[in-house]
Amino acid sequence: MEERIKAIFDCVVNGDNKGIQAEVETALAEGVNPSAILNEGLIAGMGEVGRLFEEGEFFVPEMLIAARAMKSAMAILKPHLGSGEVGAAGKVIIGTVKGDLHDIGKNLVGLMLEGAGFQVVDLGSDVPAEKFVAATQEHAPNVVAMSALLTTTMVNMKSTVAALEEAGLRDKVKIMIGGAPVTDAYASQIGADGYAADASRAVALAKSLTA
Amino acid sequence: MAKSLFLERLAAGKPLVLDGATGTNLQTRGLPVGTPSDFWVMDNPEAVLALHRDFVEAGSDLILTNTFGSSRVHLGHAGLAERFEETNRLAVALARQAAETAGVMVGGSLGPLGEMVEPLGSLAEADAQAEYAAQAHLLAENGVDVLVIETQFDLIEARAALRGVRFATDLPVVVSFSYDRGTRTMMGVKPAQMVQVFSELGVAAVGINCGRSVEENFKVLQEVRALTDLPVWFKPNAGLPLTNPDGSLYYSVTPDLMGEQARSWLAAGANLVGGCCGTSPSHLRAIAQVVKGQ
Ligand code: B1M
Repeated sequence: MEERIKAIFDCVVNGDNKGIQAEVETALAEGVNPSAILNEGLIAGMGEVGRLFEEGEFFVPEMLIAARAMKSAMAILKPHLGSGEVGAAGKVIIGTVKGDLHDIGKNLVGLMLEGAGFQVVDLGSDVPAEKFVAATQEHAPNVVAMSALLTTTMVNMKSTVAALEEAGLRDKVKIMIGGAPVTDAYASQIGADGYAADASRAVALAKSLTA
Repeated sequence: MAKSLFLERLAAGKPLVLDGATGTNLQTRGLPVGTPSDFWVMDNPEAVLALHRDFVEAGSDLILTNTFGSSRVHLGHAGLAERFEETNRLAVALARQAAETAGVMVGGSLGPLGEMVEPLGSLAEADAQAEYAAQAHLLAENGVDVLVIETQFDLIEARAALRGVRFATDLPVVVSFSYDRGTRTMMGVKPAQMVQVFSELGVAAVGINCGRSVEENFKVLQEVRALTDLPVWFKPNAGLPLTNPDGSLYYSVTPDLMGEQARSWLAAGANLVGGCCGTSPSHLRAIAQVVKGQ
């Protein structure tokens, strides 16, 4: 069991997309606990990738292929996760704000939220405020989650909050934000309900906001 | 190939002074954070012209057009694709207007497309090449002296960019990378890879612009110089942005310090020197004084 999880962890770190699918299938067939696969294999593996990136050992290509491997593993794992039906924890719409094409972090947050039982509607990147509003009207989510990686696009989080307010939707949803230049102080400044520094904290935050 | 003023000046052997930052300086002059600096070519051309003039006055021998993000791809994301020709044409005219009197040269700035090229991203290499060709065509047609493919991080995109530029014009080309992970680019490209690939492709100079710190940029300069006889373009950023209590930004390296360091850039063999993000006209003046005083 330990070995299976270690193999999955390694597949994430090495970005082995084929290998990870086989490993996850085998682990599930052998009865390895799905949430252990998620937490100790995938999430821990992605944490290691993040660490290697920070240390200058990994660069963007390694990060991207690791995220791809994690995504295909999640697709296999999702139906087995003990979090009940998909969406049991609540519904989240997520996107990277207008003008910003960085989606690696946002995708990770989305994957981890799914892993934790949230139904996630991903609006993609470069998402204008109107699209957040329209999606909120259409999907009636519990949480609107925004990501931004540029100091020049952070401000579009503020205009999205304002647009939700304008549309009379502000008190129907919780708003959470994240991304490298974003801070807790910025979240309060623009009237968001919370900020998370990384994907695991984003899950904890979404849970607390919907509790 | 027609005679090139840029190549002549470069061949004369004296180091040339480039310009400083566009975006961060326009921000201190009122460009709202969140608005790309390229937009001011159309919305506030007086401010763009004034900044060009400040650099010329501070001692630039070559200034760059405010077209870093004026590819069709970038403008398209902002819903401004139909103004592609207009903004590139006007940007060259503004730079030319500032350069004219002083006999200063104009470089056409071409920044990354902002989307990743295949296989990691979804932009096809041929499309990337065509986008660079289209913008280079406009810049050349409107009268720049040299094209500068700058702040690159991916060998595939930069190579496509060079092919595109070559397709559009015979003007000389500089290719400059941003080593913002220390001495590697965000994609992991090493100085040696840049030198190897682009010296074989016959660029007029290879370059280093923007990164984490002046010191790390300098290390890259030393590495590059050791590997090639090509002219080296060097535009480090004035350190990293720090936040004032009121939320406005300032850069950690002062003009004096930048001027001080410019001495070592020349000693290390840089041939074209200026600054990137955070480099104000005062920083540039300090650099120019060192270069011209040599
Ligand atoms: C809703 O709740 C939440 C909660 C938590 C949330 C959250 C939401 N969102 C994120 N989190 C958090 O959880 C995640 C997981 O732990 C974390 O997500 P992160 O996204 O922080 O972390 C990811 C897992 C890994 N990190 C990343 O994916 C970002 C890595 C770096 C290298 C980066 C990349 C990869 C890219 N880039 Co760009 N890029 C850089 C980055 C430099 C760096 N070293 O970080 C940065 C962000 N880029 C920058 C720049 C300037 C640019 N980039 C650009 C383009 C690109 C690529 C396309 C090449 C590529 C993006 C590919 C993609 N599909 O995402 C351009 C802009 C394009 C655009 N309009 O968006 C361009 C403008 C470059 C250019 N000249 O064209 C800089 C921003 C400077 C600034 N402060 O404004 C930059 C810091 C690099 C630098 N040193 O200068 C947390 O922040």
